Formats: sequence, C-alpha cells, structure tokens
Amino acid sequence: MEFFVSKESAFVRQPRWLLLHTAAVFGFLYLPIVVLIVYSFNGEGVGGFPPRNLTLNWYRILFSDAAIWDSVINSLEVALAAMVIALVFGVPAALALDRAGFPGKALFRRLVLLPLILPGIITGLSLLMLFNITGTKLSLLTIVLGHGTALISVATTEVFAGLRKLDREQEEASLDLGANYWQTFWRVTLPNLKLPIIGAALLIFTLSMDEIAVSFFLIGRDNTLPLEIWGRLRRGITPEINAVSTIIFVFSLATIVLWYRLRMVNQAVPEIAADFAETAAGH
Amino acid sequence: MFSRAYKTAVTAPPLLWVAIFLLLPYALMFCYSFWSVSPAQTIVHSWSFSNYTQLLRVNVYWQTLLRSMWIAARVTFFSLLLGYPLAYFLSFHAGRHKDLLYQLVIIPLWVSYLVRAYAWKTILGSDGVLNTLLQYAHLTRHPVEFLLYSPFAVVLTLTHIYTPFTFLPIYAALEHIPRNLMEASHDLGATPRQTFWKVILPISIPGLLAGATFAFVLSLGDFLAPLLLGGPSGIMISNIVVSLFGAAYNWPLGAAISLVMLVLVVSLLFLSERLEKKWSFS
Repeated sequence: MEFFVSKESAFVRQPRWLLLHTAAVFGFLYLPIVVLIVYSFNGEGVGGFPPRNLTLNWYRILFSDAAIWDSVINSLEVALAAMVIALVFGVPAALALDRAGFPGKALFRRLVLLPLILPGIITGLSLLMLFNITGTKLSLLTIVLGHGTALISVATTEVFAGLRKLDREQEEASLDLGANYWQTFWRVTLPNLKLPIIGAALLIFTLSMDEIAVSFFLIGRDNTLPLEIWGRLRRGITPEINAVSTIIFVFSLATIVLWYRLRMVNQAVPEIAADFAETAAGH
Repeated sequence: MFSRAYKTAVTAPPLLWVAIFLLLPYALMFCYSFWSVSPAQTIVHSWSFSNYTQLLRVNVYWQTLLRSMWIAARVTFFSLLLGYPLAYFLSFHAGRHKDLLYQLVIIPLWVSYLVRAYAWKTILGSDGVLNTLLQYAHLTRHPVEFLLYSPFAVVLTLTHIYTPFTFLPIYAALEHIPRNLMEASHDLGATPRQTFWKVILPISIPGLLAGATFAFVLSLGDFLAPLLLGGPSGIMISNIVVSLFGAAYNWPLGAAISLVMLVLVVSLLFLSERLEKKWSFS
C-alpha cells in the first residue's frame, strides 16, 4: 500500500509553475467578463480606472430601450425556429448515419458537419448567393434558414453520440412484438434519446442567440440582438451594452447549468468533453 | 433490422435539405467566382479566370491573405501555449476540483463572441481600463497607443476566444490516457519529465491537432475582431471579402476569395484528420 501511494505521488506532484500558469489562464479568460459586468454599473461610462459612481442607471435606460427589446424578441424567435429546423433534420440525419448505408454517405457526413468548423462568413455568403439568385428577400426567415442549416451539425453530433450508446435490443424487441417502425420510433427510440436531444436543443438555442457571422450577411430589415449590439458599437459605446450583455450572460449561464444537470444524470464529464471534442474536430 | 422504407425515411429529408442549403450554395459560390461585374454594376454570367488572376496580380489580396494566416498562426500558437498546460493541470492535478474547473473553462464560451471582443476594446483603448490603470498606478504618463487598433489587439482577442476551444480536445485526449500507462512508465524508471515527453505528449497529439485546427481555421476567417479592434494594420482577408460584397460591389471577386479560403480550410481539415489518424493509437 505504501509503495502504491509513493508511486502515485511521483506523478501527482505538481510543479509550482503549472499552478501559476493555470491561475493566469483563468485570469485571462475571466478578465473581460469581470470588466464587462463591473462597468455595467459604472456611472462614468465604459473606460477609466477605478470605476466611479456606481449606478443602476444603465439598466434603467436599457429597460426603456424599445429597439433592444425588439431585437431580443427577434433573436428568441429566430433561435426557436432554428432549433426546430436543426432537430427536424438533424435527428434523422443521425439515424441515417447510424443505420443506413447509401451512396455518398461519407460526403454527406462531412457536409453536415462542415458549417461547425467553417468560418461563418463562408456559410453566410454562400447562402446569400442562393437567396440572391432565387430572388428571396432577406428577412428574419433567411437568418432562420442559415442558423438552422449551420446548426444541424450540433443536433446530428449529439444524437449520433447518443445512438452509439443506445442498446438496439429494445428496438428489436419492440419490432418483434408487432409494433411498426413509426410506433417504435416514437415509443422506444425517441424516449431513449431524450437527453441528447434536449442537450442539443439547448446548445442550438444558445448558439443561435449569439450567432453573428452568418446573420451579418442574411439580415433584412429586422435586427437580431447581436446585430443590434454590433450597430451600436459602430456608433460609439455606452455601458448600456454592458448591461444587456450581463443580463444575457446570466441567462445563458442558467441554461448551461440546466444542461449540465440534465447530462450529469447519466454521463460523466470526460464523456461530455469527448463529445465536444469530436464535435470540434468535425468527426 | 431496419427496413428499406425506414432507411429512406430518415435519409431523404436531411439529404435533400443539405443538398439545397449547403451543396447548392457552395456550387453557386464556385460559379460566381468565374463571373464578373459589368461597368453598369450587373453580374455578367460569362466564364473566365480573371478573378483568380486578379488575386495573384494585385498585391493587397494575397498579402492580406498571408497576413491573415500569420495572425491565425499566432493565435493558434498562443491558444496551445495557454490551453495545453491548462488541460494538463485539470486532467492530472486538479483532484476533486476537476469538474468545477472544467466548467469554469467552458463558461466564458457562453458570453457572446461579440461582447467579449467589445470588452477587450474597452480594456485596451487609449482611455480604456488598462491605460487608465497604468496612469493611476503612475506606471506611464501617456496612454500606451499600440494596445488597440493593431494586429496585437486582434491576436489577443482571438486567443482569448479560441483558448477554450483548443483546451477541450486536448483535455479529452488527456482524460483518455489510461492511468496505469503512467504507472508502468514510472515503474520502468522514467522520470515525470520523461513520462510526459515519451508517453503523455505523443498520446495527446490527436487532441492537440484538433484544437490547433479549430483555432487556426476559425481565426483565419474572422472579420469582426479586426473590424472592431484591428485598425488599418489589422485588416484580415475576410474584411476584404465583406467590402467586396458591400460597398465595393464585386461579388464575383469576393466569391473567388471565399472559395480560396474554403479550399484552404477544407484541405487543412483533411490534413489534420490524416495526421490525427496517424498519431492515434487505438
């Protein structure tokens, strides 16, 4: 036993620089977020050290700013619609990749996952050309189509990972006992995929709420929130932007905590990491 | 086990969608890149290589492309420099705080990209947080100017944004290393340093490649950080594309540049996938 402990500690011994490095990286990652939140309360505007005259005034201005809230509503609608498109096409795509063989399957898999790793400008511009040549007027609908298409990849990756862990015997039993494919899908397959689907839905929703590079090219008359913020940044900056960002951050955080809670029920953290990595690597 | 009808039902709808909204747009981009713009500002649908020859002939295009690649390479380097030791610490030394720290790395991803870039702008500006702090602490008398509207600001901001993305696959790779492999290495007389270079690093190479590819590809195509923080010297290739699709109105030339980027990105993905396969032990 003693031998075992000493063996453990040989590679568990941590160099001091590694601890310092980790602390510094966390500092780097959180500095802008802390600055963002602190200066949303700063009476003197977005610059200047130390922060002075702490106030809730920017939040008060924000709450009576109709343009911002219109764009928030637009973003929520877009995110909801994009989520539906991504799931309606992403879940079957995962099933197809898991269980059907068809010509061009490898190309199909790559194409579906490509928007996840491709810079948004390419997805945005290629769709802009499609809408231009078909005479489609740019509006929130074109943004929905863009987000939906780009985020099918998220639904497919999440659900595909879920399918890989799924026990096919349940579906087999259901079919043997006389249920048809439709019944089996709704009563056996889908309930078993509940967690990956909810996880994908939340992820798609938050990603769409934040998306700007694709929306940038497909925007019509109505702004989404990121584009409204972008327009204001070009005109000059006020802590109102900090205030709205702080509120969105708190909401995203709540969503993510919910997501982790759901996944934590039957998945260990490293597996989530592996999923994310696979998604990131486009596999 | 699954009937033909079932397979068709799950395959056809996504296949159709992907064909219309991904394959067709890429094909259109390809077509556009061979068309041109008439003096009357309409698109001429006749085919030529003139956009591509223009790319090679006009210095500003290929120089900006090279500068974008150089910025993306720096972002990749610094993201790995920050992300790898972070992943190593979390995987091997974080103990019972592992889950918490892991989530702390992820959380910044949920602050909008745009908002984080904007936050850096308020930090780096000449009357921003950092400069006023330096003056407050009497470290400088005049604001340090090179911080904002420079390639430095773009590299810093993009490194901030892509460090968590490089961290994730590296961490996943480290987590998959069987711990008894390291015990074996120790038993056979390797020092911790040797264990790192000969066991841990080689096994984590696929994760490292995935993270590097992600950081490089996404920062290469970025146009918002340069617009917000780059100034004239921080312009990247996507900014040129944006202006060609906007005020400069030359969609065909913009499409040609986009297509060059697309081909570059897809070949990089292909290359990194091949390398990852070569390095993976399973």
